[in-house]
Amino acid sequence: MTLAYDHVSVAAGGRRIVTDVTLHVPSGGLVGLIGPNGSGKSTLLRTAYRMLRPSAGAVWLGGDDVHRLPYRTVARRLAVVRQEQDGDFEFTVAETVAMGRTPHKGLLDREADEDRRLVADALERVGMASFAGRRFVTLSGGEKQRVLVARAIAQRARYLLLDEPTNHLDVRYQLEIMDLVAGLGATVLAALHDLNIAAAYCDRVYVLQAGRIVASGSLDQVLSPELVELVYGVRAGVVRHPLTGDRQLCFLSPSRGALLTPVIPRSKE
Amino acid sequence: MTAVRSVGARSQRGSSGPPAETRQGRRSPLPLGNRGTRVLLGCLAAGIVVSVTVAVGAGPVRMPSRTVWAIIGRHVLGVPAEPSWDASADHIVWLVRLPRVLMAVVVGGGLAVVGVAFQALVRNALADPYLLGASSGASVGATAVIVLGVFSGLGTYALSAAAFAGALGAVVVVFVIARSAGGVTPLRLILAGTAMAAVFASVTSFLILAVNREAARAVMFWLLGSLAPARWGFLGLPTAVVLLGACWLVLQARRLNALVIGDDTATTLGVDVRRLRRSLITVASLVTGVLVAVSGTIGFVGLMIPHLARLVAGSDHRRVLPVSALSGAVFLVWADVGARVLIAPAELPIGVITSLVGAPFFVLLMRRSGYGQGRAA
Repeated sequence: MTLAYDHVSVAAGGRRIVTDVTLHVPSGGLVGLIGPNGSGKSTLLRTAYRMLRPSAGAVWLGGDDVHRLPYRTVARRLAVVRQEQDGDFEFTVAETVAMGRTPHKGLLDREADEDRRLVADALERVGMASFAGRRFVTLSGGEKQRVLVARAIAQRARYLLLDEPTNHLDVRYQLEIMDLVAGLGATVLAALHDLNIAAAYCDRVYVLQAGRIVASGSLDQVLSPELVELVYGVRAGVVRHPLTGDRQLCFLSPSRGALLTPVIPRSKE
Repeated sequence: MTAVRSVGARSQRGSSGPPAETRQGRRSPLPLGNRGTRVLLGCLAAGIVVSVTVAVGAGPVRMPSRTVWAIIGRHVLGVPAEPSWDASADHIVWLVRLPRVLMAVVVGGGLAVVGVAFQALVRNALADPYLLGASSGASVGATAVIVLGVFSGLGTYALSAAAFAGALGAVVVVFVIARSAGGVTPLRLILAGTAMAAVFASVTSFLILAVNREAARAVMFWLLGSLAPARWGFLGLPTAVVLLGACWLVLQARRLNALVIGDDTATTLGVDVRRLRRSLITVASLVTGVLVAVSGTIGFVGLMIPHLARLVAGSDHRRVLPVSALSGAVFLVWADVGARVLIAPAELPIGVITSLVGAPFFVLLMRRSGYGQGRAA
């Protein structure tokens, strides 16, 4: 039960966004997709959930080409957690999570006890059970993301795609969300912008630059100052985390060439 | 604001106090549960029966409810066998008022349901049934009949036929303009609809002013909507179309929920967004076209009633659709009573009533609840 991209290229508006990407997420694995803004991470993920059609190649879900499956079938196997814009329509937290049941329901099916139980369990799991009746738009960013993870849980999909799910979140929420996701046991492909988060959670990463994969492997193999400079155009130093020993990146300001250290405001007195 | 809110939310997780929202005194339009919605729907259905009875009785010749139902009973069931009223009462109730009041039920319910559909279609709370130019297109058709006398071979149906043709023609034009390689996006639909509505409105104005100034009044009256021409013969098709359209929409309710969140999200939840949007445009435009044909353009119902329903029942389309349909029906029956009675024996265009009464009522409701507040924070 693996998720695989087989020589996938994507073009939109006559422009090639992704070129010949082949990647593989083993069953139960958590694989990271990293690369700067505009490198094609979201495009790749959107190809897997059928928002975009590849101009060449195929995305395989287990043994099936996703673009030959009906939308509903794909959604029963594959859930997606993204950043969502607030719309004009206000749903409660419980209603939002219940939408995860959509692909499992026919036109005439009603909400069953089973669905309500799955929704309650999912909310419990992300620690948002007491928020069930709240309006989704009134939640904080971290709470919203946890609710969206709950929706993905209620969707009961074996595969999970994350599109920068921790963007704009404070570090605590970033870690909370990633902990939640890593604990689900799903086969996960995650586009991440924070390299240190990727380092902490991913079994393996693919590095994307201008729509092509330029490196892949375990974080230890991939996270080098040379690669970071090549892909992100930023000089970096690699250090070991003092407590865990994980590799961590420290970035250098492009203009000063100096280590960016936390600025501690000097007291005025 | 954001800071205050997240502090409230944060402390709530640790304590078992009341929800943060209550503590801040912000009232949330908490959706009724399924049971509450069922009770509400029951009340609204009863409200329709009562409203129809009162509305049929109201007018220059007052009819007591008992007589109204006796006349209806005699026509439908044959009981009572012997009429205790004179022939003019029978004529007023059965041939004039009842079809008109029932038309108000059909048009009100239909406009409200179609309003929900258009709002979901473009994911925009300001959308109404005339978003894609149906009303301005119908106006061109109707004006052509009134001013130029086209379709005169169709007799009493000429106005309706021309309005229907105009409405659908306009929607097709807007759809074709809005279409692009990426499918029809909400923004392109809104922009194309707005642009074409302006074009059609100019054509209407031109026809009125350049050709026949006398017709202006007749066209104006038609534009503001009226149920006065409603007869039994006009009732069948709109009833069937509204019922079919509403049933189809209710079946799509879960998908509509996903659609209003966004195209990407709807797709990840298994919805074929392009197909759903195409079907929505087709169904909603057909219903709108038929309604415009029989009643002109009655503003505000299709915009306001769906929001009213959301205020009371939350955003879930499984509740919004039936609540909108029944409330729209009740609302338009009363608006039509107002149109008939307020300046009797003359008549007001019903669109004047719906906007004049509807808008302040809506503003009041919006201000009293916390509706639409979340996004501002």
